[in-house]
Amino acid sequence: MISAPDTWRPSPRELERREIRRTLRRRSILVSTVATVLVLGGLLIGTVSSPGWASVKATFFSWDDAKAAFPSIWHAFWTYNVKLFLIGEVLILILALAVAVLRQSRSPVLLPLRIIAVIYTDLFRGIPTILLVFMLAFGMPALNLQGVTNSLFFWGLVALVLSYGAYVAEVIRAGIESVHPSQIASADALGLSRVQAMRYVVVPQGIRRVIPPLLNDFVSLQKDTALVGAAGVFDALFAARDYANYQFNFTPYVVVAGYFVVLTIPLARFTDHLQHRAMERERQGAR
Amino acid sequence: MSEALLEVTDLRKSYGDKVVLRDIDLRVRTHDVICLIGSSGSGKSTLLRCLNLLEQIDDGVIEFEGREISDPRIDPRAVRSRVGMVFQAYNLFPHLTVLDNCTLAPRRVHGVTKGEAEQRARDLLARFGLADQADKHPDRMSGGQQQRAALVRALCTQPTLLLLDEITAALDPELVGEVLTIVRELAEQGTTMILATHEMAFARDVATAVCFLDEGRILEQGPPAEIFSRPREERTRRFLSRVLPPA
Repeated sequence: MISAPDTWRPSPRELERREIRRTLRRRSILVSTVATVLVLGGLLIGTVSSPGWASVKATFFSWDDAKAAFPSIWHAFWTYNVKLFLIGEVLILILALAVAVLRQSRSPVLLPLRIIAVIYTDLFRGIPTILLVFMLAFGMPALNLQGVTNSLFFWGLVALVLSYGAYVAEVIRAGIESVHPSQIASADALGLSRVQAMRYVVVPQGIRRVIPPLLNDFVSLQKDTALVGAAGVFDALFAARDYANYQFNFTPYVVVAGYFVVLTIPLARFTDHLQHRAMERERQGAR
Repeated sequence: MSEALLEVTDLRKSYGDKVVLRDIDLRVRTHDVICLIGSSGSGKSTLLRCLNLLEQIDDGVIEFEGREISDPRIDPRAVRSRVGMVFQAYNLFPHLTVLDNCTLAPRRVHGVTKGEAEQRARDLLARFGLADQADKHPDRMSGGQQQRAALVRALCTQPTLLLLDEITAALDPELVGEVLTIVRELAEQGTTMILATHEMAFARDVATAVCFLDEGRILEQGPPAEIFSRPREERTRRFLSRVLPPA
């Protein structure tokens, strides 16, 4: 059917309405701008006009010290912190997914593994990560085992993976459990096995739902890579402390904080983008 | 002619380049039951969504209770608190019991006390044969029960206009009857309704006016007797010959 050529021109009422909408929009932009300037400006002025600001500025925000400490912190940050979390995140995802799926399994043969999975999550979520770092980084080498590395970096990594694996496993399990039972029924009806249903139907949906909390845990992990410094790995925080102790200036701490922030923001935007894309593709009525 | 409860003039709605509604004129008086018929994609649902401001229209005027609600300065929530809507997929809140689904808006939006809201909800649920379902969660009920509960939820706010968007499309024939009986009762009590529907027999019996939508236009509108037995447009005739059982 051929529809008649569209000769529509906005009516005077519609033009008037658009003008009202523009005015309303301008007003809300104005309000948000004023509110932002007031709040942020107030905070800034409050900070700068505090009595000790001059000395805080000299000890925390010294440009010269920032420049001087920059290269050594960068080196430590890159060789330890970045490597720790890049390797760590992959291992954590694998471990956590395995534990989460294991806890959902119904096969009687897997019962012992299921028990281990439960004990593992309960135990390792309970132990403070820094204690785990100490126990593994100092305890494992002390065992004098043949052929086992004494590398602090390695055992620090293991501690982080074990600790975060337990957290992330619970996040993923929550995602898996949030998938409606009718999805499993529909996978069963297509003749998929239990494992296939998990692999192709349940886990992909579950993971997608828990991407924000997963990101949360990964950002948290990025920061907690600084804990291995406590066990003697010369990471970014250690490098900053080193500088601060020699120069009596805390600016390097701010520099380290800057590194961590710069590292996490792109990851946050990237996951936002992924979420948004999935939503647009799969859901009607999403805006 | 009495004052119109809802009056739509020259309404137009498009998504990008795709025009989904054009030149829509519609007058609804109190106690009217308007049935929107037409094939899928003809714009029935979009029209309903425009009427309670779930969609922003691109042109035209919608007047409700004598006020232009298509004005951007109107608070949509004030309109929606007077207009009830029921969706094809029920859209009950799965985390709340049926009773809590029905008392949420009366208590939080209309400021009705808990006791009164629950009393009203229980009365309506009982009338619709759901007295024993009040404390269940929606997913535990059958489709027909869920849709009846969704109707009760919409009625609990005592709306002056009820919008029903293909509310029987997801139900099997037996359950369709169960839900339509209730809608019929509501119509007999004088509830003003606009419904998008594929149930032609129901439209013929209950509607005060039928609108046939095609490619975003109301191609033809009038009393059901006229539309169903003497359609003016060829397009309407073709549509009806496909959906009506042979007489």
